[in-house]
Amino acid sequence: MILSVQGVTKWFGEAPARTDALRNISFSVDHNEMLYIVGPSGSGKTTLLSVISGILRPNSGSVVVEGKDIWRLSADALADFRLHTLGFVFQDYHLFPRLTTLENIAVPLVLRRVPWEQGLEKARHVLEVVELADKAQLPPQRLSGGEQQRVAIARAIVSEPDLLVLDEPTASLDGDTGRRIVAFVRNHVLNERRAIIVVTHDDRIYEYASRIIHMEDGRIVDEPRPTA
Amino acid sequence: MSGVLKLALKLLLGDRGKFMTLVIGITFAVFLMMLMTSMFFGIIEHSAGNIINIGARMWVMDPDVQTPQNSIPMPNYVLDAVRSIPGVDYAVPLYVGAGLVRLHDGTYQPATVIGLDDATLFGRPELLDGHTLDIYGNNAFFVVRDANYAKLDSPKMGTTFEINDRRGVVAGIAHVSVGSLFGLPTLYTTYSRATQDLPSTRYEMSFILAQPKSAAAIPAIKRAVAQLGYLALTDQEFTTRNDRFYEFQTAMGTNILIMTLISFIVGLSIAGETFYMFVLDNLERFAALKAIGARSSELVAMIFYQSLVVSFLGFGFGVLLASALVAFGKLRIPNYAAMITFQNIFMALVMVLVISGVSAYIGIRRILRIDPFIVFRS
Ligand SMILES: Nc1ncnc2c1ncn2[C@@H]1O[C@H](COP(=O)(O)OP(=O)(O)OP(=O)(O)O)[C@@H](O)[C@H]1O
Ligand SMILES: [Mg+2]
Repeated sequence: MILSVQGVTKWFGEAPARTDALRNISFSVDHNEMLYIVGPSGSGKTTLLSVISGILRPNSGSVVVEGKDIWRLSADALADFRLHTLGFVFQDYHLFPRLTTLENIAVPLVLRRVPWEQGLEKARHVLEVVELADKAQLPPQRLSGGEQQRVAIARAIVSEPDLLVLDEPTASLDGDTGRRIVAFVRNHVLNERRAIIVVTHDDRIYEYASRIIHMEDGRIVDEPRPTA
Repeated sequence: MSGVLKLALKLLLGDRGKFMTLVIGITFAVFLMMLMTSMFFGIIEHSAGNIINIGARMWVMDPDVQTPQNSIPMPNYVLDAVRSIPGVDYAVPLYVGAGLVRLHDGTYQPATVIGLDDATLFGRPELLDGHTLDIYGNNAFFVVRDANYAKLDSPKMGTTFEINDRRGVVAGIAHVSVGSLFGLPTLYTTYSRATQDLPSTRYEMSFILAQPKSAAAIPAIKRAVAQLGYLALTDQEFTTRNDRFYEFQTAMGTNILIMTLISFIVGLSIAGETFYMFVLDNLERFAALKAIGARSSELVAMIFYQSLVVSFLGFGFGVLLASALVAFGKLRIPNYAAMITFQNIFMALVMVLVISGVSAYIGIRRILRIDPFIVFRS
């Protein structure tokens, strides 16, 4: 087991205007698992992902990653946890427009104090894996959406994190590209030391999931409510 | 260089427009501050011109005297008293006053008259033309060739004029290292002639110039002079006293200080504002870095580094620009009193560091409040 979530609740605002985004969520993820979190808009998927990844503090409950209760860590230790254990692919990619594609990919390595040139070397290698070697010197905004997504994935996996989290990785891609990218992640990244969590709406990529959990209104439900 | 700082630099340089605005803003502020302070230092230097030109180690004066231009005459016995102070090697009188010169065309021109001790000519200027001893000639004056020389119709050797209704003749053309601030031509003559020819109060001696036997004797001399009811200052102390007078007791100094302050505030607001805009523009990027795992201290280091880089660039350009302008001004404008010293470079540096620190502080406060959660929201 790589991740264990126990009784997590998260709300925004104060009563009476309080929004309960997560209500007593518990689940776990094993190594070599590609877990999908799916559910309607506003059901709390993104909130859950940020609680798991040490970015949004829950109101109660615990998140244990590789035996560490992350919400008991100090701010610096939490930053280190994100840097050393997690890889992120944000829905909007959040690539750095002032850096080249290659430098973008090297950012997590730079933060890990890998020497600049060495980081670029490693980034170049990963860029080849995502088949974008010829775009190394371009700024990311000159790439197509699918290419940017691959750059974001390359940045997330360059430091070989144990837990990769992807928020809506196919939201802005056409069906084929989306499937190809998710298949790539499943085939290249997943192994017995790692796990992947994917938040998505997109049922075209369900075939790659090891397991799917459904969320509704801040809760995990066994079966999705049939859509009317 | 640490990779994080390199990243900071790339983020900064990537935004050409903001980067240029920042550098130009700080350049402009430094330029203004340098010009203001250099003018100020120039004015002060020139106002202390007589102290520097005369070159005496100690000056004895009435305690109410603030500057070498405005003296309060002392009775002659003070000279004897000073001469008899044990630590004093020698002491001579100096006359500093104003005379009214009547030019050939019948117009009048006020001039500063300096009367040097007859026996020693202590404090005499360097001569461009003529001989030192010619000062003893009948009605002889040395004229200083500076920016105000032309106001006496650029007299030549032997030119005669009237000063306070007496005859004067140019017996030498002199050069002094610091020109006058006050726009008046300067004439040198002997102490006895100066005190005879010029309208005089009961007492005539403006200053006593004293040479201590050694630096160690200075405190005792000061005490002894104070016992006489007068004030003895070293040349540096007199210069400082003069500086303070112009800084705080004249409109000139106060105004320039205010203008310097304004240029500082302008620079601070341009730089602070632009830097804050830069930080706001990059908020998402900093949030992404934070989400990926940058520590807060690393973000703080990045911001500091960025503000330091623009500040030092602006500082360099500002100093260069101001120096170029002052140098050009000195070439073209004879009376231009501006001076760039290490002191005003240092002052500008301190102000730039304050600007950079304040800008960084504003940016950092914003950065530390970023919720990296925003990177998950579209
Ligand atoms: N910062 C916030 N302040 C207030 N309410 C918030 C905040 N973030 C999320 N919420 C609320 O929490 C609930 C869950 O939001 P969340 O973004 O997790 O949903 P989601 O399942 O990711 O939806 P989507 O599929 O549209 O991305 C929503 O009702 C949302 O309005
Ligand atoms: Mg979402």
